[in-house]
Amino acid sequence: MTTTTASAGTGERTVPESSPGAARGPRRTGRTRRIGLPYLLLLPALVLELLVHLVPMAIGIVMSFKELTQFYIRDWSTAPWSGFGNYRISVDFNAPVGDALLHSFLVTVGFTLLSVGLCWLIGTVAAIHMQDTFRGRGLLRALFLVPYALPVYAAVITWVFMFQHDNGLVNHVLHDQLHLTDEPSFWLIGNNSFVALLVVSVWKGWPFAFLIVMAALQNIPRELYEAAALDGAGLWQQLRRITLPSLRSVNQVLVLVLFLWTFNDFNTPYVLFGRAAPEAADLISVHIYQASFVTWNFGAGSAMSVLLLLFLLVVTGVYLLGTSRGRKTADA
Amino acid sequence: MPSTSYAPRSPMAPPRSFLWSRRIFLTLLTGFVLVPVYVMVSSSLKPLADVSGKFRWLPSGLTIRPYIDIWSTVPLAKYFVNSLIVAGSATVCSVGIAVFAAYAVSRYDFRGKRVFTVTVLSTQMFPGILFLLPLFLLYVNIGNATGLALFGSRGGLILTYLTFSLPFSIWMLIGYFDSVPRDLDEAALVDGCGPLGALIRIVVPAAIPGIVAVAVYAFMTAWGEVLFASVMTNDTTRTLAVGLQGYSTLNDVYWNQIMAASLVVSVPVVAGFLLLQRYLVTGLTAGAVK
Repeated sequence: MTTTTASAGTGERTVPESSPGAARGPRRTGRTRRIGLPYLLLLPALVLELLVHLVPMAIGIVMSFKELTQFYIRDWSTAPWSGFGNYRISVDFNAPVGDALLHSFLVTVGFTLLSVGLCWLIGTVAAIHMQDTFRGRGLLRALFLVPYALPVYAAVITWVFMFQHDNGLVNHVLHDQLHLTDEPSFWLIGNNSFVALLVVSVWKGWPFAFLIVMAALQNIPRELYEAAALDGAGLWQQLRRITLPSLRSVNQVLVLVLFLWTFNDFNTPYVLFGRAAPEAADLISVHIYQASFVTWNFGAGSAMSVLLLLFLLVVTGVYLLGTSRGRKTADA
Repeated sequence: MPSTSYAPRSPMAPPRSFLWSRRIFLTLLTGFVLVPVYVMVSSSLKPLADVSGKFRWLPSGLTIRPYIDIWSTVPLAKYFVNSLIVAGSATVCSVGIAVFAAYAVSRYDFRGKRVFTVTVLSTQMFPGILFLLPLFLLYVNIGNATGLALFGSRGGLILTYLTFSLPFSIWMLIGYFDSVPRDLDEAALVDGCGPLGALIRIVVPAAIPGIVAVAVYAFMTAWGEVLFASVMTNDTTRTLAVGLQGYSTLNDVYWNQIMAASLVVSVPVVAGFLLLQRYLVTGLTAGAVK
């Protein structure tokens, strides 16, 4: 809230006769210096973002058109051009490479939808339950943030231990104590690995949704609830008419951020399964990593990365357009 | 409180069904959150036999042996120092650079401002795997051309990590700086401070909570990163993210030591985060609400 008004204020404060970069100050320093200063301040950030993100991204796009195998790593510019060859291999769903990529993509989509949905749901329900103060609320909130604060590898490695076939907690509880399964199950290989990945991902991810929704709930004026209660609105109605609509703009950003983070997540599957992810939990990041570093075919890996980027750009664009329009009609 | 629920309630008191749903839901959730934490803590105090055989909720005996052995099974101290150097340097650089950039965006109007903020923020959204390969090649080639060892060195990792936290840090700091009244730095300008003087003497001290929050975020990001650490480090520069996997040998997996080591590497970040979470929340939501 504060940020919008403040940046609107920036516009008003601009001195008309020197519109770009008008540092308002009665002291007259050189005009060029006043204009140059903001750029100078941005320069380090800009150079670093260029060096580590944008230039490599551009290189990656170039690489995707090259036949970049291990022989050309030392001097990648000498690798021969291959046109759309890498892309053709990546999207040829009848051949093994394309088929595996498509499978990995579908697994990732399913996994991401489930994980984001559950993270959002648990986070929101928890935040709503903790909207009013009660004894132990502060402690509980700190506790709930622990999974988010733990370093990924430390948390995931603990789950690896819990999912062990012979000495893990999960099999001990499900098989030995509750007798739900006939045999102890394998969790980190085979089809169960999808469930394992989902549980770990939700365990790590929901506190972020909780954190954001919780903070957003504090911004809802209490008078709204008091007025609604006096008018006889029950808890459900208050939730539907006040709480959820107030969360709309926060949810728009939150869901998008969760989606992108989950879709691109590499750390969780990599620590959970190691280099070779089981087929049922073959997330796209690990898949591309495998395709690139195991076969040392960077050209194909880059082509897959570019396709992934395009997909994410389209989804983000459509999502932002769709949700913004939804917001406007809802406001009108 | 069942006793009060018979008395006429104020309009704000939640109904009993809500209290029960709160109790049940929050209890279940606490269990879900705490079980892995309990496993980590309790297993780190168990003898090896307890973690090699069937899982047991209670240790057969408590021992601090794993906490002694972790330092010799793998060179944990070295990894720890590497992680500290990398995450610490990345944090300092990232916060410094973000302060300048956020100040420019918050206090000046200039051409390309929107393009800058959108571009920088959008880099946060791109898959790490996309620039891992080119960055790997870029570092190797810069190394070959100039002798500047970026690949495999701490410097390369610091450079990479600081750009990871930079976009979010800038975003959060813009929100914080915007909330510092402009009159303050304008007064400083009148008093003869340059713009940089106003930033360092007035704006930065007023935004200390935000800067602390950003620092915690930057440190956590660098401390927990696995992908680039697994590709861009070698034996001497290995960080905890990769080093922790060294406890599983072909013959034995020292689960008690792994849990002890996980706990040791988690304590600094979790403690820091929990102490400073209030600031982080404010910063995150200032951005999210925008």
